[in-house]
Amino acid sequence: MIGPQELAFLGRGLMWTLALTAIGFTGGIVFGFLVALARVSPLKWLRWIAAGWIAVFQGTPLLMQLFVVYFGLPLLGFSPPAWGAVAVALTAHASAFLGEIWRGAIQAVPGGQTEAAHALGLGYRARMRDVILPQALRLSLPATIGFLVQLLKGTSLAAIVGFIELTRAGQIVSNQTFKPLLVFGLIGLIYFLLCWPLSRLGRRMELRLAAATAR
Amino acid sequence: MAGTDDILIRMEKVEKYYGNFHAMRDVNLTVRRGEKIVLCGPSGSGKSTLIRCINHLEAIRSGRIVVDGTELTDNPQAIDTIRREVGMVFQQFNLFPHMTVLENCMLAPLRVRKVSRAEAEATARKYLDRVRIGNQAEKYPAQLSGGQQQRVAIARALCMEPIAMLFDEPTSALDPEMVKEVLDTMIGLANDGMTMICVTHEMGFARQVADRVIFMAEGQILEENQPDAFFRNPRHERTRAFLGEILAHH
Repeated sequence: MIGPQELAFLGRGLMWTLALTAIGFTGGIVFGFLVALARVSPLKWLRWIAAGWIAVFQGTPLLMQLFVVYFGLPLLGFSPPAWGAVAVALTAHASAFLGEIWRGAIQAVPGGQTEAAHALGLGYRARMRDVILPQALRLSLPATIGFLVQLLKGTSLAAIVGFIELTRAGQIVSNQTFKPLLVFGLIGLIYFLLCWPLSRLGRRMELRLAAATAR
Repeated sequence: MAGTDDILIRMEKVEKYYGNFHAMRDVNLTVRRGEKIVLCGPSGSGKSTLIRCINHLEAIRSGRIVVDGTELTDNPQAIDTIRREVGMVFQQFNLFPHMTVLENCMLAPLRVRKVSRAEAEATARKYLDRVRIGNQAEKYPAQLSGGQQQRVAIARALCMEPIAMLFDEPTSALDPEMVKEVLDTMIGLANDGMTMICVTHEMGFARQVADRVIFMAEGQILEENQPDAFFRNPRHERTRAFLGEILAHH
């Protein structure tokens, strides 16, 4: 049977899932912001580097990215704990996806806004910080939350490199209790209860945004 | 510098291309301090392009543009200097939708002129009052009518205390009943001595305030004259055809 001990074990796995999501998302926000700025930079070479970064992470499976970082970092002389390697991979992954989402949002802000900022003599910083980014952020919220959901589910791949997050904890409990359907059903339910409200929130923001721009 | 000092804007042999499209051909124009110029012409004639080159929203292929003694080059400092000194009002207003009317007006003085918040707010309120919209200062642009938004856009440009104002079809996107309030604001500005270049089809406005009316077609300045002579006695066939069409609609 699944007793309190098993539940506590799953609970610890859940904490790690949430922690990995939070780390990946936070790191993704910071580096994704830089990727987005580089992607719309006036400097061609910077745009190219950002475009390459995005293409690599969008064009390969997250699982492979995890493997490359997990086995690659030690070759470079780093030996981070498993969670560190997973966090690095998730951060890099998230930076590419969020960077691309925000690139789109920045470019979706009407050109007249940039022109008005130019005409007022605003420099790059003021133009971005005061005029473009606040509007882009609002436009990008639904897609950003959508990606957060993807990322949360994506952390389950860390199970494959042996890291005990929610999915891996489920495998272990399932092997001990011989109740795979029950255990994975429970775990699926937990993922669902985390992701579904987020998806709803994203959807609501999208509708509100559509109503606001239809004016 | 005496004698040239009252020339505020000078364009010499300006050529502009969009790809293969020749948008401005050998444009020469001088604008004296305090002068009001109305630019008209069929769509695609290059009139908007002309004023957008003056504050470098568009780069030119060749020729010279000098604004108040500063030559406009690709040098970012020259561009910034000129943009600080020249205000612009757009057809689509281009107010910042996430800021209140007051914040719209305070932004550039705060960030570019680096004045204090108190001073920026005082300036903003002064010009909002001047365009008679001071009581809407706390609203967001979307809560205002088109005419009100355009008056805010004028106030926002004035807050930088520019030496000249460029108007790019400021009433073309407005419902007819709102055109007058914007034109009245512009007339008030003209009467206060502001140097203005207005791209507009409002010929009544041109008659009332313009020192010179300039007609453009296919990227060239075809003719220019004082409004009376321009309307009574257009020299060029293209001008006559254009005026015939535009006045028939009014």
